[in-house]
Amino acid sequence: MRPTGPAAPAPDTFALDAGLRVRRGDFTLDVDLTAAPGEILALLGPNGAGKSSALRALAGLAPLTGGHVLLDGADETTTAVEHRPIGMVFQDYLLFEHMSALDNVAFGPRCQGASKAEARARAAELLDHMGLTAHARSRPRQLSGGQAQRVALARALAVRPRLLLLDEPMAALDASTRIDVRARLRHLLEDFDGVTVLVTHDPLDAMVLADRIAVIESGRVVQRGEPAEVARRPRTSYVARLVGLNLFQGRGEGETVVLEGAAPDGPARVAVREPHRGPALVAFPPRAVALYPEHPRGSTRNVWRLTVDGIERFGDQVRVHLDGPPSLAADITPAALAELGLSRGDTVWAGVKASEVECYPA
Amino acid sequence: MTTGTPRPPGNAPVVRAPRTRAPRTRSGRIPWVLVVPAVVGVLFLVLPFAGMLVRAPWPTMGARITEPDVLRALWLSLSTATAATVVSLVFGIPLAWMLARTGFPGRRFVRALVTVPLVIPPVVGGVALLMVLGRNGLVGRYLDAWFGLTLPFTPAAVVIAQVFVAMPFLVISVEGALRGADRRYEEAAATLGADRVTIFTRVTLPMVLPGIGAGAVLCWARALGEFGATITFAGNFPGTTQTMPLAVYMAMQRDPEAAVVLSLVLLLVSLVVLATLRERWVNAA
Repeated sequence: MRPTGPAAPAPDTFALDAGLRVRRGDFTLDVDLTAAPGEILALLGPNGAGKSSALRALAGLAPLTGGHVLLDGADETTTAVEHRPIGMVFQDYLLFEHMSALDNVAFGPRCQGASKAEARARAAELLDHMGLTAHARSRPRQLSGGQAQRVALARALAVRPRLLLLDEPMAALDASTRIDVRARLRHLLEDFDGVTVLVTHDPLDAMVLADRIAVIESGRVVQRGEPAEVARRPRTSYVARLVGLNLFQGRGEGETVVLEGAAPDGPARVAVREPHRGPALVAFPPRAVALYPEHPRGSTRNVWRLTVDGIERFGDQVRVHLDGPPSLAADITPAALAELGLSRGDTVWAGVKASEVECYPA
Repeated sequence: MTTGTPRPPGNAPVVRAPRTRAPRTRSGRIPWVLVVPAVVGVLFLVLPFAGMLVRAPWPTMGARITEPDVLRALWLSLSTATAATVVSLVFGIPLAWMLARTGFPGRRFVRALVTVPLVIPPVVGGVALLMVLGRNGLVGRYLDAWFGLTLPFTPAAVVIAQVFVAMPFLVISVEGALRGADRRYEEAAATLGADRVTIFTRVTLPMVLPGIGAGAVLCWARALGEFGATITFAGNFPGTTQTMPLAVYMAMQRDPEAAVVLSLVLLLVSLVVLATLRERWVNAA
């Protein structure tokens, strides 16, 4: 394991300090990113959120309309792409088809003025490190997805970048190889001492590969934090859906939170573990929700009468979508579903223990 | 059986025939409205060659082909067409790159100008070349006065006339290939520290090689067949400026059989070159 530093490193140790402002038609990107040396920062967000635009802006491939890019204290805001100390791995790797794997990796050092022999030696060394010596002479189309990804990584690292940019590095791989490739990529990234910025729409990539996550929605950072923090305390419904939590906004009134949204019988209330006052977010996992045919007796403090909106398979569980307030998802076993005999439009009682409910400031 | 497709012998009638042989899934009859004109079109393109083959003086063919005049014209044609293609590549590829990859002011206008030689009669091109490069032309008079260079009626003029009419084919073809090439590879090269010239030579050029090949073949074929601009600007001197097309035309005046022989040679050369290059270049495009 890498030593995980403090969530926000002291300002004087930032290896990357970027303020990215891009305006293009209706789309506006306004994102501030910082990272310490050796840190892997994941930009997580839905398609079209602007995370790839942010990456392209860092690379200098897309012009900034405002902001700055500081790398190791040097201002690279207006540096041309070819002179930035960056390495980039593209979504579908973009290996040059007419060159061997070795020549692909040697391309960068050659451009930086290394002799042919030096460039090839460096490329061979990197390919060896990636476990690809046997494929050095192969053309890109002869490589598997995972091998191509490692060649692309070697090619990006060959220029000795200070900032490594990875654009959806797992997207071009089929599902069966992802687990291995992801683990291997993490291992390889650990050796890199510069800053890595990784763009992904897959929360698993972000959780496994990154030290810190910045969630981007509609061109803005909506949440930052370490993966565990983001997974436990999502701040937007998008993040909540990604990490598989029910999330509600409300106002804390001691041991209960009054949820937003009007309802005929008054707003829904959620009892929480720790008292909280003021604007609050409330989250609990679908598996913490129990369903009952009648009002349950016992210690469960949160009980709501809800309408079944839909039922789907979810792993070895069944996910029941319930219409509220509060609208939430519940994971129950197929056996429980059969016992309840639920179908769309039925009403059911849902209960959640206060001890399962996470409450934090909005 | 109502379908026209015979089943293989021994194949028992299939029970689920309604599904596999449903009348709806058959492609409809071939429409005669399209077939008849298509056949007429093919015949129109092929019959003249057949006629030429029929009327060729086969018994004396060997002797006629090896006549010095024929060989000289053939050599001149092949060498000038090749030279014209090389010149077109040297100037045409950068021009295509400018048109496809940069947004200089007046780019659309330049692009329109480049295609003008495609549509004007080549004779007009020849006249235009004379006006500029002729002994008294706008540029030609200085070439003559300062360097003692006179272009018209020399093999160089043949090449210039061919470049004038053939280069647009190359430019249009390469520009299309450049526009079709995935520019993200060029971005990838830029992130690796490649400047624009390196990107062009090491990444872009290899990617569009098939397009360049196709353009070069078109260009060479057009140069080989060039007549109007050549006869106007370069004249018709056997051995120096009389290319095969001119030789065919001259032969037609006095000895039609000789014209047929020359035409067959030209046809054969074109077919051989196109067939050879097609394997390597054109199919890959």
